[in-house]
Amino acid sequence: MSFPWAKHYAPKHPLTRFLDEKLPLPRLVYNAVGAGYPVPRNLNYMYNFGVLAGFCLLLQIVTGVILAMHYAPNSLVAFGSTEHIMRDVNWGWMLRYGHANGASFFFVVVYLHIFRGFFYGSYKAPREMIWLLGVVIFLLMMATAFMGYVLPWGQMSYWGAKVITGLFSAIPLVGEPLQVWLLGGYAPDNAALNRFFSLHFLLPFVIAGVVILHIWALHIPGSTNPTGVEVKSESDTVPFHPYYTAKDGFGLGVFLICYCAFVFFLPNYLGHPDNYIEANALSTPAHIVPEWYFWPFYAILRAFTADIFFIPAKLMGVLAMFSAILVWFFLPWLDNSPVRSGHYRPLFRKFFWFGLIPTMAVLFYCGGAAAEEPYVMLSQVATAYYFLHFLVVLPIVSRIEKPKPLPFSITEAVLGSDNKAVLSENAKSAV
Amino acid sequence: MATSTGTPQGNAVAPEAGENGVRRRDFINIAAVSAAGVGGVATLIPLVSQMAPSKDVLAESTTELDISSIEPGQAIKAVFRKQPVFVRNLTQKEIDEANAVPLSILRDPQTLAERTKEGHHNLLVTMGVCTHLGCVPLGAAEGENKGEYGGYFCPCHGSSYDTAARIRKGPAPSNLVVPDYQFTTDTTILIG
Repeated sequence: MSFPWAKHYAPKHPLTRFLDEKLPLPRLVYNAVGAGYPVPRNLNYMYNFGVLAGFCLLLQIVTGVILAMHYAPNSLVAFGSTEHIMRDVNWGWMLRYGHANGASFFFVVVYLHIFRGFFYGSYKAPREMIWLLGVVIFLLMMATAFMGYVLPWGQMSYWGAKVITGLFSAIPLVGEPLQVWLLGGYAPDNAALNRFFSLHFLLPFVIAGVVILHIWALHIPGSTNPTGVEVKSESDTVPFHPYYTAKDGFGLGVFLICYCAFVFFLPNYLGHPDNYIEANALSTPAHIVPEWYFWPFYAILRAFTADIFFIPAKLMGVLAMFSAILVWFFLPWLDNSPVRSGHYRPLFRKFFWFGLIPTMAVLFYCGGAAAEEPYVMLSQVATAYYFLHFLVVLPIVSRIEKPKPLPFSITEAVLGSDNKAVLSENAKSAV
Repeated sequence: MATSTGTPQGNAVAPEAGENGVRRRDFINIAAVSAAGVGGVATLIPLVSQMAPSKDVLAESTTELDISSIEPGQAIKAVFRKQPVFVRNLTQKEIDEANAVPLSILRDPQTLAERTKEGHHNLLVTMGVCTHLGCVPLGAAEGENKGEYGGYFCPCHGSSYDTAARIRKGPAPSNLVVPDYQFTTDTTILIG
């Protein structure tokens, strides 16, 4: 589906005509990311991160499939085979650094994509399903990244696996048998490593499948835009190609410069030295932290240090950590304001910039810090605000806020006036 | 109920239908779907249970330890089910400290006597696995941080255990687990 003024695919070459009859793949591409997909003309650079996330997924699949040709998922040799990739395999160091930093950059891009959605209200009707599928993708990404980090079988890999599967042991009654079942043993070992490898290979393709659904769902209402006003006429849109292929291409260039700076000059900056020590079940590293992209949620996990009523602190932490993401599923219904964009919502905008963003920054910082004061107290305050923001602030703000006047159309927001659209609107109402 | 007028097919299929309007085809339908369903569910059993610990993992589930060389105040680390076990020979001072704690202030109330074997109350055998998220607490080896209660300290999330390895502070919900073990002689124990 698309707007009525979308350009129609008309193959000229005999080969493309032949294809269009037998398998209209070029038509699909033309209508999905080509000239046949009209997109709001006013998208800013925050709207680049969807395409960039798709690029990261491709990058991870390509480097990952190649790494799997050299890596051996057995606890006796996994650590050695990772070093073999680093030292002996031609360009192995680049592929592995590219994959490890690719994961980090994937998360950078996806966090920006998510927070773009928070600010511009991308989750609101009629785009709820896009948002829900996005949250599913994020959860799958977290699972994939976690299992991938276990594969080098270093100290952080091992203890990460132990701590994260230990989360399940917090579940009453079935928790401990569940953990043993997940690991295939009493502690992470070869059985766990093997299944994590298998799933780490599988899940990216599951993600790719959900990404297709995510884009499919997106193409029904079309992209939102910084004004949050829906597209009204042809002058509100430009074709995806060449306008946004060019803009996304530029964004991709900037992204690749940053990415390459890390891969080639700071390849271990985002990692942990302890992971270059082989897994040792008898010695825990002094400071276990997950990869940076899990820090906000790790801070929430650790924020619960005392039992609340009859719920043990450990279970509370685990519940809170999972709820921190699950609450996103309810966002389209927690934020009731009919106005999408934060630009036209003065009160919402204050809570976004001075509430949610600093809270996330604090959680990020505390998640990476040691489990001591003042970080524990800071994470507790930030965790409290995090949940208040979604469960209390957003519903109340969306009821009491008086939004600023919206522009009549995207064209008016861009050009200052939209005579054509106003005229046709008048003509319609005259009829 | 199942009279001839009650079925959606009405009388058009009456020649095939039995006494209650049940056709042979209905029976075959239900039987086939039921068999496929039971078969499908049965197929899940191996798919799920292959994830559980395999025979070789289960076979390594006992450990024998010689404890004669542990001096009072010392502890050793051993391995049981691929996880660390701490065996600590408590000093009299540590025993007194543990016994002086009123049970009412404990998160997981247990006495030292309940956590050790009759006649060997100085020998504390526990898993070296923090009950929070499974890190190995410090305090078993010489010079490690024993935490503010003089037992074990988990560096991951700051849980502190006392000299009877009972949880006193931090996020861990319960005391360090005492595995099943028995004295095979006066100086050897069999864990598991």
